[in-house]
Amino acid sequence: MSISKSDVERVARLARIGIEPHEAERYSIDLSNILTLVEQMNKIDTEGIQPMAHPQDIQLRLRDDEVKEVNKRDQFQAIAPAVKQGLYLVPKVLD
Amino acid sequence: MPHRQSLSALNRMLATGGISSTEITTHFLDRIEQNQQLNAFVSVDREQTLAHAQQADHSRRNERNSNLRGLPVALKDIFCTQDLLTSCGSRILSNFVSPYDATVVEHLDKDGFIVLGKTNMDEFAMGSSNESSYFGPVLNPWNTARVPGGSSGGSAAAVSARLAPAAIGTDTGGSIRQPAAFCGLTGLKPSYGRISRYGMVAYASSLDQAGPITQSAEDAALLLQTMAGFDSRDSTSLDTAVPDYLSALNTGLENVRLGIPKEFLDPSIDAEVLSAIETALEEFEKLGAKLVDIELPNSSAGIAAYYVIAPAEASSNLSKFDGVRYGHRTAEFSDLLDMYEKSRAEGFGDEVKRRILIGTYALSAGYYDAYYLKAQKVRRIIANDFSQAFKQCDLIAGPTTPSTAFPLGENLDDPVSMYLNDVFTVPVNLAGLPAISLPVGFDQSGLPIGLQLIGPYLKEANILSAAHSYQKVTDWHQRIPGDYE
Repeated sequence: MSISKSDVERVARLARIGIEPHEAERYSIDLSNILTLVEQMNKIDTEGIQPMAHPQDIQLRLRDDEVKEVNKRDQFQAIAPAVKQGLYLVPKVLD
Repeated sequence: MPHRQSLSALNRMLATGGISSTEITTHFLDRIEQNQQLNAFVSVDREQTLAHAQQADHSRRNERNSNLRGLPVALKDIFCTQDLLTSCGSRILSNFVSPYDATVVEHLDKDGFIVLGKTNMDEFAMGSSNESSYFGPVLNPWNTARVPGGSSGGSAAAVSARLAPAAIGTDTGGSIRQPAAFCGLTGLKPSYGRISRYGMVAYASSLDQAGPITQSAEDAALLLQTMAGFDSRDSTSLDTAVPDYLSALNTGLENVRLGIPKEFLDPSIDAEVLSAIETALEEFEKLGAKLVDIELPNSSAGIAAYYVIAPAEASSNLSKFDGVRYGHRTAEFSDLLDMYEKSRAEGFGDEVKRRILIGTYALSAGYYDAYYLKAQKVRRIIANDFSQAFKQCDLIAGPTTPSTAFPLGENLDDPVSMYLNDVFTVPVNLAGLPAISLPVGFDQSGLPIGLQLIGPYLKEANILSAAHSYQKVTDWHQRIPGDYE
């Protein structure tokens, strides 16, 4: 199956990656080639097979509900691009 | 000279007081400085590292149990460290200093290892040549016109050129074993869940696993012992006892059944690789192993399933890099969406974008069943093939890669041909099994060839002991590239 330029633009929007029109062209070729490779798996009969999400067929553990972590806000915000009064700054979302 | 010694040998020298950690560490830091052309390291802090070595020497004088204390290792730049940058080979993390240490780093620190520096890697561990790094390609010390393999290319080049006695890497589809094969080293990918993934920047969470890249199976056992163990902060970490890998090394190969999958000795692979593998298998037979023909009939579909599952998980894992809380943020933007799109467009390289896009596509409405669910079913079939095979044999052997190290730039414009490099390594990650690559010879142009041994789940000790038996009677693993002796 091939991926068109408009497919690439749609997926890039979903993935929040800005792409230029000439890049969309190139990605549509690359991604179509990758899909051709991927479609080799259609040769395998998977009728009645349970999907495998993970190498371990075990249940996730539960942990005791106790406080272990300390508040490291200052440390975390020291590496942020923009903060003010302990808050992360982003462009205005609501008017 | 310390760089001609294995990690285990350096440990014995430290124990007898024949050399200090400061002397060893200084020697390797000098070599790193003198060999920057390889581009193997992205961050080194000489003063801080030497301070750690001096501290180790001091502790050694005052402690009863000081085994391992003061041994230097190199660390792939995917592990979070508070002391050094953690860039993961990406522009988007090129200014990132982690507020915490990865569990692997804590384990190394607790046992007294000294981190020499952070090694170069394919961006977010996506690649098989170390050419997708924001910091530029790494060169193969055996031939600098060749790639060192990837994604742990910096780690492998560093050990190969003896800029570090050993290194830590990660392996999602072959990223420890393939560079180990290309650089003439021993590289172990442990079972999924054996080593904590906490603080290891995630690429494909159901496949990622850390492991050692070393000069020998003995060194790999030594590092695995330090790295393995339960961690409550990783929900997939296994709560089972860690065996004594070093004491299991001398189990021997008597009556060990080595399964040879006919699919792995495909005539399409390089004839020199094939011939070196066959010679190595004869050596294993002489050591007492019995060769058994087995089948892994669906293994060739591994690459196809992998290139759905890994990008799908990556597209989700990498959504957190948005320029809000840490990492690169674009300079100018009109609104929030624009800020996200520009920060990510500038922050990610081509291969990472390709994988995010293909993963997003495979997970999007209308395509999920045809791609993601189908790939998960194929994954189960491949894992079942391994379970069937292990009814007839104890370990599986074959080539690690279809060829030796390829020229820089060769596969750069053709992602699919790059992906096919991992045909023998990827099925192992899909099944979550442990596997090692060990050097078994060279091709005519002097490039190393690797043999892969795959074991049943959690049987690292068996793999290591088989590799150690072979290394006791051969010296391929002791070869050092001419310019770095």
